[in-house]
Amino acid sequence: MHDATIAHLAQSLKDRTVSSKELTKHFLERISRLDTSLNSFITVCEEEALAQAESADERLATGDVTPLTGIPIAHKDIFCTEGVKTSCGSRILDNFISPYDATVVSKLKAAGAVMLGKTNMDEFAMGSSNETSFYGVVHNPWDTTRVPGGSSGGSAAAVAAQLVSGATGTDTGGSIRQPAALTGITGLKPTYGRVSRYGMVAFASSLDQAGTLTKTAEDSALMLQAMAGADERDSTSLSATVPDFSKVQKGAWENITIGVPDNFFDDSLDTKNAQLVKEALSVFEKLGARIKDIHLKHIHLSVPVYYVVAPAEASSNLSRFDGVRFGHRSEHAENLTEFYMKTRGEGFGSEVKRRILTGTYVLSAGYYDAYYLQAQKVRQLISQDFAEAFKTVDVIAGPTTPTPAFRIGQKTDDPIQMYLNDMYTIGAPLAGLPALSMPCGFINNLPVGLQLIGPHLSEEKLLKAGYYYQQETDWHNFVPPGYEA
Amino acid sequence: MAWEIVIGLEIHTQLATKSKIFSGSPTQYGATPNSQASLVDLGYPGVLPVLNQSVVHMAIKFGLATDCEISRRSVFARKNYFYPDLPKGYQISQYELPIVHSGHLDIVLDDGNIKTIGITRAHLEEDAGKSLHEDFQGLSGIDLNRTGTPLLEIVSEPDLRSAGEAGTYMRSIHKLVRYLGISDGNMQEGSFRCDANVSIRKKGEKKLGTRTELKNLNSFRFVEKAIRVEVERQIDLLEDGGKITQETRLYDADNNETRPMRSKEEANDYRYFPDPDLLPVIINDELIENVRAELPELPNARTKRLIRDHGISDSMAEELTSSPAIADYFEEATKNTPHVPAKRIGNLIQRELSAALNREGLSIEESKISPSMIGKLAQKIEDNTVSASAASTVFDEIWKTGGTSNVDSIIEKHGLKQITDMHTIEAMVDDVIINNPEQIIQFKNGKEKVIGFLVGQVMKESKGKANPQNVNQLLRSKLSSS
Repeated sequence: MHDATIAHLAQSLKDRTVSSKELTKHFLERISRLDTSLNSFITVCEEEALAQAESADERLATGDVTPLTGIPIAHKDIFCTEGVKTSCGSRILDNFISPYDATVVSKLKAAGAVMLGKTNMDEFAMGSSNETSFYGVVHNPWDTTRVPGGSSGGSAAAVAAQLVSGATGTDTGGSIRQPAALTGITGLKPTYGRVSRYGMVAFASSLDQAGTLTKTAEDSALMLQAMAGADERDSTSLSATVPDFSKVQKGAWENITIGVPDNFFDDSLDTKNAQLVKEALSVFEKLGARIKDIHLKHIHLSVPVYYVVAPAEASSNLSRFDGVRFGHRSEHAENLTEFYMKTRGEGFGSEVKRRILTGTYVLSAGYYDAYYLQAQKVRQLISQDFAEAFKTVDVIAGPTTPTPAFRIGQKTDDPIQMYLNDMYTIGAPLAGLPALSMPCGFINNLPVGLQLIGPHLSEEKLLKAGYYYQQETDWHNFVPPGYEA
Repeated sequence: MAWEIVIGLEIHTQLATKSKIFSGSPTQYGATPNSQASLVDLGYPGVLPVLNQSVVHMAIKFGLATDCEISRRSVFARKNYFYPDLPKGYQISQYELPIVHSGHLDIVLDDGNIKTIGITRAHLEEDAGKSLHEDFQGLSGIDLNRTGTPLLEIVSEPDLRSAGEAGTYMRSIHKLVRYLGISDGNMQEGSFRCDANVSIRKKGEKKLGTRTELKNLNSFRFVEKAIRVEVERQIDLLEDGGKITQETRLYDADNNETRPMRSKEEANDYRYFPDPDLLPVIINDELIENVRAELPELPNARTKRLIRDHGISDSMAEELTSSPAIADYFEEATKNTPHVPAKRIGNLIQRELSAALNREGLSIEESKISPSMIGKLAQKIEDNTVSASAASTVFDEIWKTGGTSNVDSIIEKHGLKQITDMHTIEAMVDDVIINNPEQIIQFKNGKEKVIGFLVGQVMKESKGKANPQNVNQLLRSKLSSS
C-alpha cells in the first residue's frame, strides 16, 4: 500500500478495495517502526488520524469525495494545526498548541485528507540540512549518516521512506525543492501567493510559499488542487483562478522550449550531477522539447541578496516570540529587558539568532540603504532577468542542488558553505516564480534532482512537464533500501 | 531678549471604524480587558493583517478637506520595537510613503485673523495596547483591546507660533475630523491626542532651534499649558547659557512641568521597512472622486455660510458650528420660521438647550426637544406671545415631559401668555412704584441702573408674563411725569 502513489490510492479508496482506516493504520505502523532511525516526525497524531480516517470512510461511502479523501498526509510543523502542537522546530514554541488551523490545513482537511502528524524541520525553516531543529537532526533514508536537506527535511524524509503518501512543505529559498532532490522525491514550490500563507509561521514573508512533497508530479497536482486559491485572510494571496490540475495527466504533451542557463552549470556543480541533468534534458528533447541556451545575468547574486532580504524580514517576524502571550517564557528574569533576553536567548537556537542579528543589522539606521535597499534593487534585476528569459522559453531547467546529500555535521561550522547549497533554488522565490524538483538519477546511490522553473502561475505547465518526464523515466520509483517493506 | 516660539503638532486621531484596521475585531471602548483581541491582534504565529478599506476612505476624506495631495500609491511599513503591549514586536504604520501629504488648514486666531497652517502629511497606523502598571503587585497587566485600533496621524508643519495658536489649530482639526465623520474625537477615551514639537529661536533667526517632543497630550487645555511651561523652561535654560537637549518629554499636569522620559525608551532605532504582508495601497481617480462627492460642508465654509444666510454674529456662528450636529440642529430649527431672526433661535440653543444638555450629560442628538419646537418657541417670543423669561419656563416644562407636549399647550396650561393688556401692566407698575419709594428716589437722583431692579419687580409680579420692554417704557414715562 505504501508504495502506491496518491493517485493510485485514491482509486483504491474510491473502489473501496481499501479503507482509509486501513491505510492510516498501515502508515502509522510504518512510522512507529521506521521513524526511530529517521526522526522525520515531531508529533504523530494517532488518535486524531484514526478519527479523521473514519469520517473519510463515511464520506467515501457516500461518494462525495475528492482525490485526497482518506489519503494519509503529514504537515510540516510550520503550519498551525488546531489543538495540535505547532513547534516550527523551535524550543520557543515547544509548548505551543495552536488555537486555529492554517488555511492550507483547513483546505486539506476539507478535501478529506487524513493528517498523520507534524514533520520535523529546521528551526523556523532556517536551514538547508534539518540540523537546526530543536527536535534533532533528520536522517536521509538513502544514507542515515547524511542530511535529508532542509528546511522541509522531515516531510521529504517521511515521503521518501514511504511513511506517508504526501506531505506539505514550505519553500523560502529552496526548502521544498532541495530536500526533495536530496531524498529522491518530487517537490513543488508554487507561485508566490498561489497558496495562502495564513497560519504558516512566517520566516520571510515576501518569499515564503507553501507547497508539496510527493512521489510524483501527478500527486503534487492533486495536493496543489486542494491547497491553492485566494484567501481573504492573506492579502498577498493571488486572486487568479485555480486551474483544473487534473488535466496535467490527461492533456496531450505540448512541445515546449526549455531554457538552460549556463550560470547553473558552473564550477560549484558536481560533474556527475551536471551529467545527470543533461541526460534529463535529453529525455525532454526526445519528447519533442526544444533546448535553448540562456544566460541569467544577475542570478549569481541571488544568495547574497537572499541572505539580506530573508533575515531582515525574519528579524521582524520573529519579534512576536517574546514570551508574553504564548510559547517559552523564561522563569529567571528580574526585569523586562532581562525577560526578553532570557526568553529569546533560551528559546531560539544559534542559526535563528544568527539570522535575527544579521537581519537587525541590515535594517539598522545607516546600513539600510547599503544592504536592504540595495538587495531589493538587485532582487528586481533578478526578476527582470527571468521575465526576459520567459519571453523566449517556456520553462527554465537546471540542477536543484550542486551536489547530492552531504554528511550530517559536514557544513554546520561553515554557514556560507551551507547557504551555497541553495544557490540554484533561491532565484525562483526571489522572483516569486513556481519551480519543481524531480529525481533525475543517482550519484553513489544518492539521488539528485532536476529543477524546472516557470513563469508566474505556470504550475500547470511545470506539472505537465513533470508528468511526461516521469512517464519516460523511473527515477521517482526508486525506494531507499530498508524502506521497501 | 525676544524669542520666537516654533511649534508643530502630531495629532493622533482614532478613526471611527466598526472594526480594527487589520482585523475584524470590534473597536468599542471600555470592554473587559482582552475581550476584543483576536488572534491577529494578539500577534499569534502565522496570522496576517488584512487592511480595513474604510480607513482608506477616511484618510482620503481628510486629505481632500485639507487640500492634501492624495498618494496614488502608499505603503505600510513596520516600526520595530519591543514592548509587552505591542504584540507583534512592530507597529504597522506608514513611513516613507504616507497616504496623504502636503496640505494646509486655515485657522481663525483669537484676534480674528486667519492663519494658514501647513499639513506635512497624514498617515495610517495601528494603535498599540495598554500596559497597566498599577493593580498587579510587582507585575504589569496588558490589555490588548486597543491593539489594532485605526489611527490617522496628522503631522503639521512647524507653523504655530504660540501655545494659543497650537490650541486653536488642535481645536480646528478636532472640529474638522468630527465634521468629516471620520472620528468621534472623544478625548477622554483617547480618540484624539497629540504630541507637540516645541523649540524657540531668537526673533529674526532663520534656523530652527533644538526641539523637544511633548508626548501624549490629551486635552486642548493640557496642550496649551504644556507648551507654555516648556517654552518657559527652554527660555530660562538658554538665557542661563544652557543648551536644549533633543528629547522626548512628558507633561505632568499635577505639578505643571515637563520631564524627560526615560532615555531607554527613546534610544530606539525602529528599523522601518515595508511590510511584506500588505500590498501597497493603490488609489485611483475614481475612488478620489467618489469620496469627494461624499464630502460634507466643511466647518470654515459652514461658519461663513451661517453668517451670510442667517445674519448671525461671527462668534455665534463659530459656536454653533463647533460640531456638525449642533449646526444641523440650528439649521433645522430655522426652517419654517421665516419671520424669526435666527439669532433668537441661536440664543435658545446656546442658553436653554446647552444648559439642559450639560445638566443631563446628553449630546445634542439626544435632545428631548426637537429643532422644530425650538423654532416654534422662538416664534412665540418674536410675536410677543411669551416673554424671553417665560420662554425659558416653557422650555423647561417641555423638557420635563420629554418633548411630548407642544409649545401652545404648555403656554396655555401654565398661563405663560404675555400680558399685552396695558391696563393690567399699568396697575402692576403703579404697585411697584408705591412699594419701592427708596429706589424711586435713587432713580430720580440719577441712579439710572435702578430701573433694572424696578422692571424686575414688575416682571416678578407678572410672573414673567409682562413684556419687559413695555414695562420699561411705562416705568420711565410714569417716573418722569410724576
